[in-house]
Amino acid sequence: MSTTMNTKENNEKQDVAAAGSTRRDAFVKIGVGSLCVACSGAAVFGYEFLSPNVLYEPSPIANAGKPDRYPPGSVTQDSQSGIYIVHAAEGIYAMSAVCTHLGCLTAWKPELGIIACPCHGSKFNREGTKIEGPAPRPLEWLKSTISDEGDLLVDRSAPLEQKQFVRT
Amino acid sequence: MANSLDTHLANIRESRVWQSIFRSGPGGSNLHRALAIQQNVFLHLSAVKIRKKSLAFRVTWYLGTLSLGGLLILVVTGIPLMLYYHPSVPQAYADMKDLQSVVSAGVFLRNLHRWSAHAMVLLVFAHMFKVFYRGAYRPPREFNWVIGVILLIVTLLLSYTGYLLPWDQLAFWAITVGSNLLSSVPVLGPKVRFLMLGGNTVNANALLRFYVLHCAILPLAAATLVAIHFWRIRKDGGIYAGKGNAGKGQSQ
Repeated sequence: MSTTMNTKENNEKQDVAAAGSTRRDAFVKIGVGSLCVACSGAAVFGYEFLSPNVLYEPSPIANAGKPDRYPPGSVTQDSQSGIYIVHAAEGIYAMSAVCTHLGCLTAWKPELGIIACPCHGSKFNREGTKIEGPAPRPLEWLKSTISDEGDLLVDRSAPLEQKQFVRT
Repeated sequence: MANSLDTHLANIRESRVWQSIFRSGPGGSNLHRALAIQQNVFLHLSAVKIRKKSLAFRVTWYLGTLSLGGLLILVVTGIPLMLYYHPSVPQAYADMKDLQSVVSAGVFLRNLHRWSAHAMVLLVFAHMFKVFYRGAYRPPREFNWVIGVILLIVTLLLSYTGYLLPWDQLAFWAITVGSNLLSSVPVLGPKVRFLMLGGNTVNANALLRFYVLHCAILPLAAATLVAIHFWRIRKDGGIYAGKGNAGKGQSQ
């Protein structure tokens, strides 16, 4: 009995050896394969879990009030929403107060007529053009519109490619 | 008096309870002392025998041990601080101020934690320089050097994540600047920043994530790596004590 079994097994082994792989190899392949699938699934699952789908962050649209609050020639800083409202000869424009270097909040220096960043010393003029410092780009101009109620709305998530003015 | 104390201690060592905990049993022979090291879960990370000259001050300036001391002080002071600190936007700053002025010994624990953190970063760097300039990173210790570099990164990350927790202006802008530095990494940077902060700005999610990293994930990583680091000293033939000891290979 046992002799026949052994012979049978031996024959089987020889057969699969000839074919190039054993039953064990196949199971190992299935095991490693499913482990890979499970790991990549876990990676995707983990990534999805870690990136929040709902954010409770302030709305990117800031209400800057009635445009006539900003007299001609003035630069007004709103530190809460991180924007400047500038009333130039061509009209009103809004600019991000977030430094393009590393994201610090810049400040308007009325006595010097410039915008300065406290973190690494970048300086800008009232159009946002860099005067000196490490900032790689000028300050971003932001899309601003007048709402139906006549308020000036500034979209902080929409930087402008070209200069745009709001006329009142 | 001393005699009776010795007798008492000997009695304790021979008791069944003691011997159930410390298997090596009583005795002052080299074998017993070796077993006392080998059979202790903490001590067995070290070798049972150390060359006397590797204990000399000039060899290491004890910088590695001092770094471990810093880590232990940080764990011991950090856990009580967790009992009074809520990682939430309305409470974090107020809790930090309460620790300074209202909680008994709070200012002591907080300052000890803060100064030890600064000291540990300094000590870890000094340890790395000492190892580097003595050439103690050379084979067979090259893998332990790699573990050490990872430990340096973990130390810096612990320092960085802890920096946000007081939730004051300094913390807020430091993390704003730091996370914007991260987003300048090509391709992956902005995504990693978003995951790290749990949002687009340094906000409630960022505070909570930094708290979890600072109090759970990074300390566990540090503890595991420190254990491997110490065990590797033994496996790589003990502390590098100078020329006579170079490249002896495995002794334990």
